[in-house]
Amino acid sequence: MTMETHSAGVPTFAAPAADQPVRQRQAGGREGGGTLNVFSQAFLVLWAALVVLPLAWAVLSAFKDDKQILSSPFSLPTTLHWDNFSRAWTKGHIGDYFLHTVVVIGFGVFFTMLLGSMAAYVLARYQFRGNRAVYYFFVAGLTFPVFLALTPLFLTMHNLGNAGIPMLNTYHGLILVYVAYSLPFTVFFMHSFFKTLPTSVAEAALVDGASHTTLFFKVMLPMARPGLISVGIFNVIGQWNQYLLPRVLMNPQSGFDADRSVLTQGLINLSINGGYKSDWSGLFAGMTIAMLPILVVYVIFQRQVQSGLTAGTLK
Amino acid sequence: MRHGQYRFIAGFLAIPVALYAFFMVWPYIQDVFYSFDEWNGLDTTPKFIGLGNYSRLLRDDNFRGAVVHNAFFLLILPVVTIVLALFLAFMLNVGGRGGGAGVQGVRGSSVYKVVLFFPQVLSVAIIVILYQSIFQTDGTGLANAILIKLHIISAQNPILWFNDEHWVRWCLLWVLVWSGFGFYMVLFSAAMQSIPRDIFEAALLDGASRSKQFFRVTLPLLWDTVSVAWVYLGFIALDCFALVYALTPGPGGPNHASQVMSTYFFHTAFQNGQYGYACAMGVALAVFSLILAVIQLRVTRRDAVEF
Repeated sequence: MTMETHSAGVPTFAAPAADQPVRQRQAGGREGGGTLNVFSQAFLVLWAALVVLPLAWAVLSAFKDDKQILSSPFSLPTTLHWDNFSRAWTKGHIGDYFLHTVVVIGFGVFFTMLLGSMAAYVLARYQFRGNRAVYYFFVAGLTFPVFLALTPLFLTMHNLGNAGIPMLNTYHGLILVYVAYSLPFTVFFMHSFFKTLPTSVAEAALVDGASHTTLFFKVMLPMARPGLISVGIFNVIGQWNQYLLPRVLMNPQSGFDADRSVLTQGLINLSINGGYKSDWSGLFAGMTIAMLPILVVYVIFQRQVQSGLTAGTLK
Repeated sequence: MRHGQYRFIAGFLAIPVALYAFFMVWPYIQDVFYSFDEWNGLDTTPKFIGLGNYSRLLRDDNFRGAVVHNAFFLLILPVVTIVLALFLAFMLNVGGRGGGAGVQGVRGSSVYKVVLFFPQVLSVAIIVILYQSIFQTDGTGLANAILIKLHIISAQNPILWFNDEHWVRWCLLWVLVWSGFGFYMVLFSAAMQSIPRDIFEAALLDGASRSKQFFRVTLPLLWDTVSVAWVYLGFIALDCFALVYALTPGPGGPNHASQVMSTYFFHTAFQNGQYGYACAMGVALAVFSLILAVIQLRVTRRDAVEF
């Protein structure tokens, strides 16, 4: 309560002391920097518009036909062209790409979470020689730029193919790579999470005769659910949006090899090869299909997403 | 018991460590080995040529141009993004003074926080397609259409954006800032939230203006986070592969105006099939990243002493 009176009174004292131009000081008035408030509000509105308008423009364009997109880019669609979506889904193969992506990130995120929390759990809760070394070995991976690994990774996968284990343009190959590249962050995050869990429950379970494996799956993993959700969402977004790895690893290896592109890759191919110039509305529709699920996931889980994304850099 | 515990530990660690080591760490190590080889294709045998690739790198004008373009992003991107993100975070967390309820964000700050973070969850593919259509070179793209409507340019002379040697890097810079600032805004917001409220309130009581509050109180306390952001943005400036690759003609054009190390690396490896030479570029890039990290450590250490 006292705080309110004080801070309301502050501008009156502050104004003469602060070396601001007179005009601004007067405009400041009761609210303490009224011009600045107006300015900052205007700036925020402007930035919000710069973020939202391009996205809204793209979604609206997805409902127009090509002629309307080209002739009147700002107008609202006169009729809703849902056919753009069905055309993108079938003829643009967005449906296939969508399915490929769901398969890859379904398995990818599951195994990332499973293997990542197993490693993090052992590293966080058990003392053994080399514990720190293994932990730092994982954490070091957070600093590597992915594309540096692309050439050798491509060659490794290629050589495995020559040795009879096909890896290029296969789902299992991409899933294994996604898991490997998601492990550093997952281990790092879950490690700090498992550290915070109480030891008493674990000890009680061990006294009751539970094995270490049972303890992990039946007791510790359920207790770690909040952390698992955060990292899980982070991994879903990360793997859904991954472009570089599939760009190099998921190209048909011969004329007979099926197109197993994921969504991001398929969209870019669509925009680069022909499809773009001839079918704008289809491209916008495909983009909307790729964009909306992730925006919906984000808006629903925004608190966890934001804390998950920043956790890695703040600790 | 003890024996069983070690078996359990090994059992839990084996698969994750193996996957990570094989698919992620091993390629980076191979990078270093291949960089000493001349090797022009998948099915030929690499030939050891010592430092040959590295001396060629020093004489390669295209690579030197790419380094200069990376330097352009390295100098400008972090400054612009950090200033913008800091300002927004400050406004959303401590900038508001309406109603006299002490320290708080401006009105509607929770909505802004969600909306301004949108670009961060978009795939680089979406961003690419979005900006391809916004920066269309004829009058139909959003950017040109707006400028024509405002009579800033004429419909006959639209701006060529990514196809213009002078515009292309600035357009890329805009896309990099647009897609990245949300993350740093949230990062700084989290850091500001962890600063005790009484510090701001004490500053208010002492009559600090909002700009004083920002420069004398908030910024010094946030310095660690800012420097972390600086390094992250530095890595992005050294990388920015996907955007340059997918947005510029060539890629890296027009006339090499937007060629950066990463796209030149990719071109050398996958278009020219010069794998050994490309790996040398990769190692050079890794060295640049390392230098960046070392500089950052130095800067933070010096500033940590000042408090």
